[in-house]
Amino acid sequence: MSLIVVVVHPDLLGTYGDGGNGLVLAQRARWRGVSAELVEATSDVALPEGDLYCLGGGEDAAQTASADRLRTEGTLERAVGRGATVLAVCAGYQIVGRSFPAADGRPLPGVGLLDVTTAKGTGRRAVGEILAEPVGGRLPVLSGFENHAALTTRGPDTSPLGRVTVGIGNGDGTDGAVCGGVVGTYLHGPVLARNPALADLLLSRAIGRPLKPLDDTEEAALRGERIAAVRARRAGGLVRYVLGSS
Amino acid sequence: MSGGPLPVRTRAAVAATRVVSGLSRWLGAGSGTVAGGHAGLTLDPHLLEHLATGRRVALVSGTNGKTTTTRLLAVAVEGTLGHAASNTTGSNMPTGHVTALATSPRCAPAVLEVDEGYLPRLVSSLVPEAVVLLNLSRDQLDRTNEVRMVANKWRAALSATPSVVAVANADDPLVTWAASGAAKPIWVGAGLSWRQDAVGCPSCEGRITFATGGGGGWSCTCGFTRPRLDVACVGGDVALADGRRFPVPLALPGRFNRANAVMAAAAAAAMGVRWDDALRRIAGVHEVAGRFAVVGVGGCTARVMLAKNPAGWREVLDLVSPDEGPVVVGINARVADGKDPSWLWDVPFERLRGRTVVATGERCRDLSVRLHYAEVPHRTVTDEVAAVRAAWMAGAGAAGGVGAGDADGRVDFIGNYTAFTDLMARATRVGA
Ligand SMILES: [Zn+2]
Repeated sequence: MSLIVVVVHPDLLGTYGDGGNGLVLAQRARWRGVSAELVEATSDVALPEGDLYCLGGGEDAAQTASADRLRTEGTLERAVGRGATVLAVCAGYQIVGRSFPAADGRPLPGVGLLDVTTAKGTGRRAVGEILAEPVGGRLPVLSGFENHAALTTRGPDTSPLGRVTVGIGNGDGTDGAVCGGVVGTYLHGPVLARNPALADLLLSRAIGRPLKPLDDTEEAALRGERIAAVRARRAGGLVRYVLGSS
Repeated sequence: MSGGPLPVRTRAAVAATRVVSGLSRWLGAGSGTVAGGHAGLTLDPHLLEHLATGRRVALVSGTNGKTTTTRLLAVAVEGTLGHAASNTTGSNMPTGHVTALATSPRCAPAVLEVDEGYLPRLVSSLVPEAVVLLNLSRDQLDRTNEVRMVANKWRAALSATPSVVAVANADDPLVTWAASGAAKPIWVGAGLSWRQDAVGCPSCEGRITFATGGGGGWSCTCGFTRPRLDVACVGGDVALADGRRFPVPLALPGRFNRANAVMAAAAAAAMGVRWDDALRRIAGVHEVAGRFAVVGVGGCTARVMLAKNPAGWREVLDLVSPDEGPVVVGINARVADGKDPSWLWDVPFERLRGRTVVATGERCRDLSVRLHYAEVPHRTVTDEVAAVRAAWMAGAGAAGGVGAGDADGRVDFIGNYTAFTDLMARATRVGA
């Protein structure tokens, strides 16, 4: 029995190298001796049955097309009902919620896997490095990059993935949402490459047992460098703010 | 056809452009292109239009290949139209264009590389004779530059300017969409290596289907389809719709440079240059702004290549695939590169398996993680020159001798924009 990792609609939701998350999950399973199959499920074929699904970022029209397709098919919803695990980032996070905004701001129905609603923001686009302290204490700090213009409001049935210390995230001081095996976040692109502990959390849920640690030397070096760079920039910004306002 | 005397304000602006660009070159503050153009445009906001009056103008734009194609087109027209004014340093905004024109003779033809975002306003204001449209794909993820939006703006500008000949890559659906707005398109089958940004139909938002077998055909159910080609690449030749066929001998390597050469020659032909003359002149170009040059770096020899985005990396990795020598890959994420290197996961670095690989640049750790998941063993050396030296030494070890690098004694260096320019600033030319 092989673990099936499905990258959902890479032709529509893959703007930020998000396909990398599927590769990270499949490799981390294989490196532990668990055979894993990585399936790139483009939007012109039926979504296959899988154990783990990854959704990425996309432009407005592509996001709408992907959401329509997923709602009509119902495969993703049924998979989650069966216990499949889902990582949805950026536009993918928005479409697994209850509703998300079209290009003109009108609300469109999402897939409804997470009790969140997303609306167009009024301020500047959130673009840059983001740091979030995970809620629940099982993970180290989450590091990533965000690029979106919307604000997401969580309903009572979800908990946030993290509390934002640098960046915007959902827009209320938190980032992402978690409900059962469905995880949404604004940390876009290859978020699992920067946060291997999150990858292993998803993977151990999908495999159904705890996993032995891997040698994460490269990932640790990247995390250390990014977290230090972001904190240094924030400290510099504070100094400039204090000097500028005195 | 001289444009008559320039207005006084324009003459002052031209003088200012020349003085400032000369001065900043002399002070060592870069090539002076931006500073000079800025000074001129401050004195006369319409300086560019004034300077272009009476010239034969061609513009070159697209995500990849702009600098190379601009150079090849300038070379191609030289025998027929004379030495062209051109922004050879890659300053592809109006400041760079102004400097290129202000520092050249009044009636010299102009061949200008143009940033994708600036192309519509330059098409409208300069009304060029020809526009070369190469390709459109993702680049600099931290900016909101939806390629679809760019294609729509190109299309609108070309529709409003019917005298322009659009030399367009018909293998790229987004470019085809844009050039379909032109009254006089010339369709060239120049290839497309990265389809991810092209699958959404720009006409109906349906889905583009690409023909299998590498013929380059594509179509959508709405009827939007690849136009019949005026210029096709067949083997090593270029084949025209009228049955003529010419060989394309090139000193520059790679499939993408062949495409750039054919696009440049097609534009030159549209401006009245004979095909054989254009191709013969293009064949003599060995490097463009340092790209593909063989240079000396820290006592080693390296062939240097630039790749800025997934489409560009795909092409360059194809180019180096047959080789076996050591490879240095360098990534920065400054403003000019885009601050988000997530696109590294769209690049098939798996193709480097089996080579000696060194990751370098300010974001070498992002690259290192990517290579780790691609199962490409590598070393990480932040300093670029030290990285080239490390690759050279490792290559020597692998070869079991004192010589280093591959059979030619050479390391391949591939960098994104500032990683490439940083290395070039520390390199010495040793000839091609
Ligand atoms: Zn269509």
